[in-house]
Amino acid sequence: MSTAAFPPEIIAQHQLTAGEYQKIADILGREPTYTELGIFSVMWSEHCSYKSSRIHLKKLPTRGKLVVQGPGENAGIIDIGGGYVIAFKIESHNHPSFIEPFQGAATGVGGILRDIFTMGARPIAVMDSLRFGRLDDPRTGARNRRILGGVVAGIAHYGNCFGVPTVGGECIFEPCYDGNPLVNVFALGVCRKEDVFYAKAAGVGNPVIYVGARTGRDGIHGASMASAEFTEESKQKRPNVQVGDPFMEKLLLEACLEAMKTGAIVGIQDMGAAGLTCSTCEMGSRGEVGIEIELDRIPQRETGMTPYEIMLSESQERMLLVADKGRESEVFDVFRKWGLEASEIGVVTSDGKLRVRHHGDVVAEIPNRELADEAPLYDRPHTSPPVPRVSGPRSPVDIQAALPALLTAPDICSKRWIWEQYDYQVRTNTLTHPEQTDAAVVRIKETGTSVAMSLDGNGRYCYLSPREGAQLAVAECCRNLSAVGALPVAATNCLNFGNPERPEIMAQLVEAIEGMGDACRFFDTPITGGNVSLYNETLGEGIYPTPVLGIVGLMKTAAPLTVPFKNAGRSVILLGGIGTCDETRFGGTQYAKEIDKQLWGLPPALDLDREKRVQSAIREIVAAGLAESAHDLSDGGLAIALAECCLGPAGIGAQIDIASDLPPQIMVFHEGPSRVLLSTEHPNEVAEIARKHGVEAPVIGATMEHGMEIRQRGMTLGSWEIAALKSAHREALETYVR
Amino acid sequence: MKFGVIVFPGSNCDHDAFYAVGHNLGQPAEFIWHDSHSLGSVDAVILPGGFSYGDYLRCGAIAKFSPVMQAVKRFAADGGLVLGVCNGFQILCEAGMLPGALVRNRGLKFICRELRLRAATTNSPFTSNAEPGRIYRMPIAHGEGCYVADERTLDELEAEDRVAFRYVDNANGSMRDIAGVLSRERNVMGMMPHPERATEPLMGSSDGLVVFQSMLRVAVAA
Repeated sequence: MSTAAFPPEIIAQHQLTAGEYQKIADILGREPTYTELGIFSVMWSEHCSYKSSRIHLKKLPTRGKLVVQGPGENAGIIDIGGGYVIAFKIESHNHPSFIEPFQGAATGVGGILRDIFTMGARPIAVMDSLRFGRLDDPRTGARNRRILGGVVAGIAHYGNCFGVPTVGGECIFEPCYDGNPLVNVFALGVCRKEDVFYAKAAGVGNPVIYVGARTGRDGIHGASMASAEFTEESKQKRPNVQVGDPFMEKLLLEACLEAMKTGAIVGIQDMGAAGLTCSTCEMGSRGEVGIEIELDRIPQRETGMTPYEIMLSESQERMLLVADKGRESEVFDVFRKWGLEASEIGVVTSDGKLRVRHHGDVVAEIPNRELADEAPLYDRPHTSPPVPRVSGPRSPVDIQAALPALLTAPDICSKRWIWEQYDYQVRTNTLTHPEQTDAAVVRIKETGTSVAMSLDGNGRYCYLSPREGAQLAVAECCRNLSAVGALPVAATNCLNFGNPERPEIMAQLVEAIEGMGDACRFFDTPITGGNVSLYNETLGEGIYPTPVLGIVGLMKTAAPLTVPFKNAGRSVILLGGIGTCDETRFGGTQYAKEIDKQLWGLPPALDLDREKRVQSAIREIVAAGLAESAHDLSDGGLAIALAECCLGPAGIGAQIDIASDLPPQIMVFHEGPSRVLLSTEHPNEVAEIARKHGVEAPVIGATMEHGMEIRQRGMTLGSWEIAALKSAHREALETYVR
Repeated sequence: MKFGVIVFPGSNCDHDAFYAVGHNLGQPAEFIWHDSHSLGSVDAVILPGGFSYGDYLRCGAIAKFSPVMQAVKRFAADGGLVLGVCNGFQILCEAGMLPGALVRNRGLKFICRELRLRAATTNSPFTSNAEPGRIYRMPIAHGEGCYVADERTLDELEAEDRVAFRYVDNANGSMRDIAGVLSRERNVMGMMPHPERATEPLMGSSDGLVVFQSMLRVAVAA
């Protein structure tokens, strides 16, 4: 091996500090080779090593009675009973999606799907949490529209072709995401409990097998790219974005699941971020063994690739597996059946080292554990989060005009234009269509159980208070699940933040993690895995802190309770009551954003205990079959929730009258949590259950054949034609996109 | 009645078709791999939706060359029932077993949506159970489902009563609202909407059962 000290600029290019470089030299007992330098730089990147977040992530709850596998594997696993488990996780693909929206988003879907089926689980649902800049911004709108269109088309392309339904998600627009869109993809799969596979190498002498697409020069340093701020030069990194082939992934899925059934596979891991490097050293480290590979045997799609390039390539649709020696042919037979190329590239060894040969010569030799698990760990200084701006002059209050304005605002309007491009039904397990229910519901045909899932994050709330904002996201997800009758059981998180080397950004991260941990402990929804995406900044402009939660719940398979009113003459009940809110707590609402064009104060106040009681009550009401519709209150508060209940196929409206002395705009548009709007033919029984849980449940009005009207103590604040609201809500996004 | 569900690499509605006929219709079903040269002892064949061979080149263009398609052609020539759904319809057109072609949707975007249809004829083994004039609700999920053919072919299809289903909501721009067509011998049908996704109340509609129940009636009568 030829080694010599590297000049500082080469080390800096690899985003390693002088201290980190010294640590590498100490581990090796010598200077690294160029290939080794590359290997360390990706494994010790923020993206792969979590070096800024690890000490804080330890504060999250990860255990629970249903948790089969917590963080540290490719996905978390939960026992759903009946001999089956679900595997799920969320991942970000923010940076690639900005540089190349279609492929960036497509490969984001591809990556998370591999994380699921590498555990032995067949993916049965995908959801997306998306953030873009404003579509109507005169300066950046055109680019934001192009990014939105590309991202949605990329997700559709990959998921539809692969054959996994994209069943829901969220999509929010804020100027802070102008140069830094967020693309977070959640995937969930199912398998029998005894069929779970782990990404662990074992058995000295066992063959290491490579299967799937050939290795090319695409995606080199993708992980490092995801660990740096964007600059003008970032656009030149387009070649760093990988290209996805969902057909290849579909073949890999079927072939891997079939190969796993042979019993000849010992361990398996996909090649995602940091490609061959990450899969080899992590599998070796988990199994406390060494892995030796010969790069000449790696299927390559280009000639003349250097060891550095082969090890760092992030070409998509590749898997690495360890088979039982002597049974390789069983594995190869399956891959041949599916027309996939599989090659034996190396062997499991006893020395705990990753040894890489090229034409027989050793080009890298690194202890797996130090490389994979002993990356530098930073307790970065954190001060306090930035203090929000104070409120300026406000717009005059006009409830009649504000409701349609909010209902057609980008964050609230129907996202039909997006989700109709997704096949949300394939596999015939999807029991609702998007926007029909508060949570997506997918049945498990084998067990009679259904899995409900919800994604939520609110950058505005988190900017005002990262701690409370993260708690509100947990509460909202759990409330969404409860509104369809599901019991929340476990969570995954995607932490999208700015540059952690800035103490005020680091403070946002720390507070959000702590808030999220407290809330997840409270709701008994342990976090079984997730992803941290830092350096979401472009030219020094950071995004709002945007932790996104994905929470899953379980329910018996049945048609889930949907949002729209079904019949006229039913009681409309506001479970949880009108709540309280003041000017300060009003500053993060959609009303403040769209009508007052401002952001101030604090997010809505959350009382965890009250939230839990409301959720228990709604679940019991749903289980007893007492509600005809249910919808939780969130963006846009009571008025928007009511309007959304009126937009169903039956066109049933409602009249409500609120006995409250709050200022009218606060009363109808405040976003206080812990509230669910429902319609029922059995108000007394509903009231009884609410009383039992210590929850207010005022009857605030009744459904009716036509129109929607909101009154305060008998005085009309506004009344609307439903057909007009419906078409405006439905068509709004299409008009923004044009 | 034994259904054979063809599996191409890239088929992804194969399990759904299998479940619809196996579970919801209660009939035996088996998968048939794309490199099979024989269909075995099946009574009817389903070409399911998906992206056969990645749908590279053109949808269905590669699938038509697969060994199993030669067997399907022989089966159809002998009078066997062949149902192609979505990608299956595209393959049947590419293979020349049905007239016309499926091109990019009007609007150029993939659309997943439940639509209203009408059976345009009851004179076929796939629609004999249908009620004339009744609205059937079934979903579509495709990017290339706009049915096109030359005027003469379209006139001929109508003159020979070979339009099986028509859209009430024509979302993809198909000529003359055509959602499904029959072969001249009426034993091969292709349709873009997914009847297998509408075979039980939990799916939101059971209207797709009409296709499978019609096929079953033929088998019982035979």
